[in-house]
Amino acid sequence: MTTTKIPTPSSDSDSHSGSGKQLIALQLSKLDKRAKARVVVTVAILAFALFAMPSILSLYYVDAMTQVTVYAIVALGLGVLVGRVGLVSLGQAAVLALGAWVAARLLFATALPYPLVLLLAGLITMALGTLIGLPALRMRGLYLALITLMLAGAITVALATTNFPNGGHGFLGYNSNVVHTPAIRRPAIATSDPAFLRYSIVVAILMFLLVVWHLRSRPGRAWAAIRQSEASALAAGINTTRYKLWAFALASFLTGVAGGLLAGADQFLYSIDFQPQDSITLLAVVLMGGVYNVWGAVIAGLFMQLLPQLLNSWNVSPYWLVVLFGIGALQVLTTAPAGIVDQLPKDLARLGRFVYRQFRRAAPVGGAQ
Amino acid sequence: MIEISNLTVRFGGVTPLDTMTVAFKEGTCGLIGPNGAGKSTFFNVLSGFVKPAAGSVTAFGENLLAMPHFKRARWGVRRTFQTEQAIEQLSVFDNVAMIHEHSALSRGSRRADTLAAIKFVGLDIDPDRKVGTLGAAERRLVEVARAVVGRPRLILLDEPAAGLPEEETAHMGQVIRAIPEQAEALVILVDHDMSLVSACCSVTSVLDFGKLIASGPTTEVLRDENVIRAYLGTEALSDEVVVA
Repeated sequence: MTTTKIPTPSSDSDSHSGSGKQLIALQLSKLDKRAKARVVVTVAILAFALFAMPSILSLYYVDAMTQVTVYAIVALGLGVLVGRVGLVSLGQAAVLALGAWVAARLLFATALPYPLVLLLAGLITMALGTLIGLPALRMRGLYLALITLMLAGAITVALATTNFPNGGHGFLGYNSNVVHTPAIRRPAIATSDPAFLRYSIVVAILMFLLVVWHLRSRPGRAWAAIRQSEASALAAGINTTRYKLWAFALASFLTGVAGGLLAGADQFLYSIDFQPQDSITLLAVVLMGGVYNVWGAVIAGLFMQLLPQLLNSWNVSPYWLVVLFGIGALQVLTTAPAGIVDQLPKDLARLGRFVYRQFRRAAPVGGAQ
Repeated sequence: MIEISNLTVRFGGVTPLDTMTVAFKEGTCGLIGPNGAGKSTFFNVLSGFVKPAAGSVTAFGENLLAMPHFKRARWGVRRTFQTEQAIEQLSVFDNVAMIHEHSALSRGSRRADTLAAIKFVGLDIDPDRKVGTLGAAERRLVEVARAVVGRPRLILLDEPAAGLPEEETAHMGQVIRAIPEQAEALVILVDHDMSLVSACCSVTSVLDFGKLIASGPTTEVLRDENVIRAYLGTEALSDEVVVA
C-alpha cells in the first residue's frame, strides 16, 4: 500500500489567517459593547424591581408580583426543558405542588433557616421530579407530554386525598382542625409582603444565574445538540440519557425552590390551588414568552399571574385569558417560534419605522400648503 | 487500520449488509455503491446506532462493537451526516469545541485546538457566529471541523459534498485530502461524486445490495466490470459490449 502525496488545503484560506486574529479581536470588542449595554439594562430593571417596585405598588399588586416571581422561576425550568432540550412536560404544576408541600412540611417540622429550607425543597423536589422525567428517556413529543400530564394528575389526586398540606407538627403531621391551620412561617427578614417580594426576587435572580451558567457551559451545549438531533449528539460523544435527566433535575430543582417561595408567599396552601390544567396554561405562557431566552420566563410569569389580577381589577372575567393563551400559543407555534421576547423588540422597531415614515410623508405635504 | 469481517445486518426480511469483509488500512479510503447498497448502514454500525446480526469490527486492535455508542466518540470515532447536522443554535466555535469537550483531551488545549480545526477547513468567518446563519457549504465545513478536532482515529464522511456547487466541492476535496496528515486519522469517504472519490481516495471499496463486490486501487475499481454493471445495470453493459 502506497500513500499518495497529500497537499494542504487551499492556500487561499491561509492568506487570511494573519488578519483573522485581529478580525476576531475587533468583533469581540464590538460584542463587548453590546454585552455591556445589555448588562446595564438588566441591572437597571433588576434594581427597579428590587428597590422601587415593592414600595410603589399597592399590597394587591405586591402579592401579584410575588406570584409572578414564583411562576417566572417555574417557567424558567419548563423553558429549559422545552426550548433547550426539546422535551415537553405537562407535569410542572404538580412538581410545583410537591415543592410547596415539601417546603411547608420542612417549615412546620423544623426551625431550619429559610434559605436552607428552599435548598432542601429544591433538592427533594429534584429527586422526585427526575422520576417524572424518566419516561423522557424512552419517548418525546406528544407521548411524553401525555405521560407527564397523567403523572401530574396522579400527584394532584394523591395530595388532595392525603389532606395536603396540613398544618400539624412534624414532617408528616396531621391537623384535623381545618379551620385553625397555622400559617406557614416566612424568613425573619421578610415577614411583610413587600419584604417577601424582595426576598423572592433575590432568590429568582440566583435561579436565573444558575440557568444561564448551565446554558453557557457543557450541559447547555449538550442540550442544544440533543434538541437538534439525538443521533448527532450520540455521535458527538454525548451521553444523552444523562443530559436529559440532568435537564429534568434542573427544572425540578428550580420548581421546588419556587414551591418553597410559594409556601411562604401564600402562607396557607390548599390542594385546590394546584390543578393539572395549570400545567397546560403554564406551557402556553412559556411558549408565548419565548423559550430560547431566559427573559421569556419573566414574560411568562407576568402573563400567568399579573394579567389575571389586572383583568380582575378592571372587572373583566379572567376566563378570557384561557382564550387569549390558546390563541397566543397557536400564534407562537405558527408564526413566531421564539415568542414575545424575540417578537416584541422587532415589532416595536417596525412600529417605530412606520411612525417615522408616516411623519416624514406628512411633513412635505404640510410644507407644500 | 480497521478490519471488518463477515459483518451482517438484518432489518426483518431485508439484509442491508451481507457478510461484508474488508479492511481499510490508512489514508482516505472510498466507499461507493448505488443507493441502498448499505453504505449508510455500515456507518451506522460503526457509530453504534445499528447492532449487527453477526460479524466483527476491529479498529486499531480494539473491538469497536463492544463499546457503547456515546463512548465511541471519546475513543476517536467521528462522523458527518448525509443531511448535515451542525448545531444551529450554537456558534461555530461551540459546535467544534463541544466535540473536544467530550473527547479524551484536556481542557487546556480546547481553545487552540478548536480554532485550529476551524482554520484547517478554511472557514474564514467569525467563530462566534451562530451556525444557523451560515450557508450550506459553510455548515458542511463546520461539520468537517467537528470531525477533525480532538484527536480522532477514524473519521466517517457521509456524502460531505452533497448538494454543493463544483467550486465548493473542490475545496471540500482539498480539505478531505489533507485530513489524514492533519488529524493522523483513517478516513472513510462515502460519496456519489466519482470525481471527488477518485481525487481523494487511493483505494476504494464498492458495495452493492449489501455485498462487497470490489475493493482495491480506485482507478482499477472504477474500471471493474462488476462495478460498472452495479451502477449501470446488466443491460447497459451488454449493450456496450455489443457496440464494442
